[in-house]
Amino acid sequence: MIPERLFNWGLLAALLAFVIYAQAADETYWITLSTRAVIFAIAGIGLNLALGYGGMVSFGHAAFFGIGGYAMGILASHAQGYTPIVDGWVTVNGTQNMLVIWVVALLAGGFGALLIGLLSLRTTGAYFIMITLAFGQMFYYFAISWPAYGGEDGVIIYIRNGFPGLNTMDPVQFFALTFGVLTLVLGLMHMINRSAFGLALNAVRQTPERVETVGIHTLRLKLTAFVISGMVTALAGALFADLNKYVSPAMFSWSISGEIMIFVILGGVARLLGPLVGAVVFVFLEEVLGGLSEFWHIYLGLLLLLVVLFAKGGIVGLLTRKEVRHG
Amino acid sequence: MTFLLIEQVLNGLQLGVMLFLISAGLTLVFGVMGLINLAHGSLYMVGAFAAAAVAAYTGSYLMGIIASMIAAAVAGVLIETLVIRRLYGRDHLDQVLATFALILIFSEGTRMVFGSFPLYLSIPALIAGPVTLPGGLQYPLFRLVLIAVGVAVAVGLYLLITRTRLGIQIQAGEADREMIDALGVDISKLYTFVFALGAGLAGLAGALVGTIQSVQVGMGEPVLITAFVVIVIGGIGSIRGAFVGALLVGLTDTLGAFLLPKATEVLFASADIGSVLSSMLIYILMAVVLVLRPTGLFGGTT
Amino acid sequence: MRLTPLAALIAATFTAQAALAESHGGTKVGLLSTLSGGGAGLGVDVRDGFLLAIEQSGRSDIEVIVVDDQRKPDVAVRAAEKLIQSDKVDVLTGIIFSNLAMAVVPSTVAQGKFYLSPNAGPSALAGAGCNKNYFNVAWQNDTLHEAAGAQANNEGFKNSFILAPNYPAGIDALTGYKRMFKGEIAEELTTKLGQTDYASEIAQIRASGADSVFFFLPGGMGISFLKQYADSGVDVPLIGAAFSFDQGILGAVGEAALGVKNTAQWSKDLDNAANVAFVASFAEKYGRLPSLYASQGFDTALLLISALDKAPVSDADAFRTALEAADFASTRGEFKFNTNHHPIQTIYVREVIKEGDIYTNKIIGTAMTDATDVYAADCKM
Repeated sequence: MIPERLFNWGLLAALLAFVIYAQAADETYWITLSTRAVIFAIAGIGLNLALGYGGMVSFGHAAFFGIGGYAMGILASHAQGYTPIVDGWVTVNGTQNMLVIWVVALLAGGFGALLIGLLSLRTTGAYFIMITLAFGQMFYYFAISWPAYGGEDGVIIYIRNGFPGLNTMDPVQFFALTFGVLTLVLGLMHMINRSAFGLALNAVRQTPERVETVGIHTLRLKLTAFVISGMVTALAGALFADLNKYVSPAMFSWSISGEIMIFVILGGVARLLGPLVGAVVFVFLEEVLGGLSEFWHIYLGLLLLLVVLFAKGGIVGLLTRKEVRHG
Repeated sequence: MTFLLIEQVLNGLQLGVMLFLISAGLTLVFGVMGLINLAHGSLYMVGAFAAAAVAAYTGSYLMGIIASMIAAAVAGVLIETLVIRRLYGRDHLDQVLATFALILIFSEGTRMVFGSFPLYLSIPALIAGPVTLPGGLQYPLFRLVLIAVGVAVAVGLYLLITRTRLGIQIQAGEADREMIDALGVDISKLYTFVFALGAGLAGLAGALVGTIQSVQVGMGEPVLITAFVVIVIGGIGSIRGAFVGALLVGLTDTLGAFLLPKATEVLFASADIGSVLSSMLIYILMAVVLVLRPTGLFGGTT
Repeated sequence: MRLTPLAALIAATFTAQAALAESHGGTKVGLLSTLSGGGAGLGVDVRDGFLLAIEQSGRSDIEVIVVDDQRKPDVAVRAAEKLIQSDKVDVLTGIIFSNLAMAVVPSTVAQGKFYLSPNAGPSALAGAGCNKNYFNVAWQNDTLHEAAGAQANNEGFKNSFILAPNYPAGIDALTGYKRMFKGEIAEELTTKLGQTDYASEIAQIRASGADSVFFFLPGGMGISFLKQYADSGVDVPLIGAAFSFDQGILGAVGEAALGVKNTAQWSKDLDNAANVAFVASFAEKYGRLPSLYASQGFDTALLLISALDKAPVSDADAFRTALEAADFASTRGEFKFNTNHHPIQTIYVREVIKEGDIYTNKIIGTAMTDATDVYAADCKM
């Protein structure tokens, strides 16, 4: 039907147009919603690399989402409280500079993914799903029980972190910032897909044994993909924390892992802009359906069920009609 | 102090056998049909709500319990024929997502019917109150009844699997699905039966646990995750693994939550560290088991 | 193409929403409360009490938007954001749980909106974190627990086992009790918020040798604990603030709580005209007896109406002064605010009795008069 490239550019343009309209109509809440969708999309793009392209069904990606969020929460809360994080042999102060926070979030997410990946990728199939879920839960319970950063109550950041040259408290500027990050991440994914690494990853998903015989170390390949995936989702987590000006253990919960999977599936697994489509649909349903009926989750469930059972390529698949072999 | 320890061990056992009731169905379904079913927690919830509704309507607790098993089994048969059937042989991602969707549908559906308030069940007078155990320790009778029920179910399942024809078919199905199909066993009936059996057990657990705690939407999810930890530790597909895993998890969780804060208080002058560790304990246990034995304690080579 | 009907639906919905959100000259109130899950009873009571007062006032210029926070901080934060940014409410109210209050209130008052708390009273917002736009109509979290500590002294208890969930109000409860209680603390335990099985804690109570148990477990947590406690055979006397023995809990556990003493700033048998009318009209409209949460919701609405009678919300300074005056007939009798916008009030001791077929509370004495909170001194307003 529609060529996928045209669809992708069209979707990005439509989103921009919507936000410009919202700005003109002084509907700041719509801008906040759009930012929410963009951030969810980035989280989903991260997962998509591991799950869609790499075939690793990680049910614990909330661990990285939360790591990114808490990276922001810890740095910013110390900065706003004027207390150093570590004050001994070396003094480490907090910061409210987004650029620094993003670097920390990326590194922390990557490190976490490295550790979790090293332990989890020894297993396959259902065991992999379960062990990634378990790691997500571990982080969740740890965050709840850790009193230093509020435990269950989380951390509130009163003023959104700063980005040089922008007033991040202004909703439309913050949206522009996250949109910029989205395009960067999409560009990265596009490059990965076309690279030798991406092709090998695709092959590993489909026939791992054959790839091994060619001499490529599949574990190293999958681990690399997993680490990049964790880093991207962690970045989304830091942005999410900034959007809400609030971090809590809920960011680690398994229902978040499930929701990130929903964005990816609804939109279309292994589609470049699948997660954006899925995130937009999800946020739309959440707001509109949520306003009409307090039981909107049932409709989300039915939609998800129908997509999984009958529309294998997700929404992007339906609209562009090009099948991507998955599984 | 020893009384306290014994009481906590009993608490751990009670948690363990209830986990077994839930995990048995989950592991059977995965072992025989190769299917990950996230909606299992919802069947647990359905059983609890059925028990609360029927007990309130008829005034009889026993009727409530029977209703819980029937309702959960029926719900199980329904989703098996409508949804699950289409997922056998699909990859795990699809199974996870489809059954996740079922959780959403069940939870909201239950909320639509029963509202957002928790429901409560009363322990029937016959098994309420404490009993004095030999040695002088007092312990609630109802919790002892739960332990007994759990052990009885374990024995019953063991006999079913090893001594009956159906059990042999189930064992064979776990070992080689295509073969028993080729040998003329009606696979779809077998699958439906296994699914319904697992569901009924989960519903029973929901009703029993709901009696001491409460019956509310969303009660199944925390239990579901713990059940997955149990079957992964025990080995997917193994009933024996589910039993051992359930007891292990129940005892570790209860004793850990009780002892770790006290231990770290003594060692590090902070009970908080112990609290943090104890809440993560069963996941640490699972990760350790998986790293050492990637298919669980009693799992086969998959 | 498939997108067209979808696009039309989107456009229509947003237009409708925009139309609704347009100002209509009156006052908009956002009531964000816990209406589902284990804590739902409290939120529903606050909502029902609040709406009853609004209805009885006969005013048509107050619009109340009710939203469920599901006791989840992230849901509460987003809902508050929507109420303020999209629905453009002038006043926010309703939050039951202190952890949600801590997540929502600072941002709300920072945006210049008023917040009237019908329940949650975390110490942080009574002391250093106080704000000129934040008013608490119920109490500061510690107060009722301090009264329980005072009552425990009166009863002659010397060795208490204390437990509460690990969240701001829970910690405040334990702190408050310990501040007034003169005896020893046999053991202090915190539980998880939303925990449903207390077998382990009850086992520890049994082994502790304490002569009294002070616990703070509001809503569904309290019900689970009381039922399990009654079944366990441990018969150490219980004492607590009203939150563990409110009308909703008594309805579910009944016999297990009979005879227990608890402390509160209100009871349905308080003998003043406003309260008598309130209890009767609440029972008639909703078919159940009001709890202290319902009375708090009712009083919050009365405070709001009394302030609106004097000044519109748009004149923030005048409105604030009107709020501080607290010129309304409270179900507690007289009502006045302290410098930190928290009440100065009497805390009564109640006992759980059986009235015909219903379990309820009856006042048997006074624990504290003109009670204030220790955090007021830290409030630099």
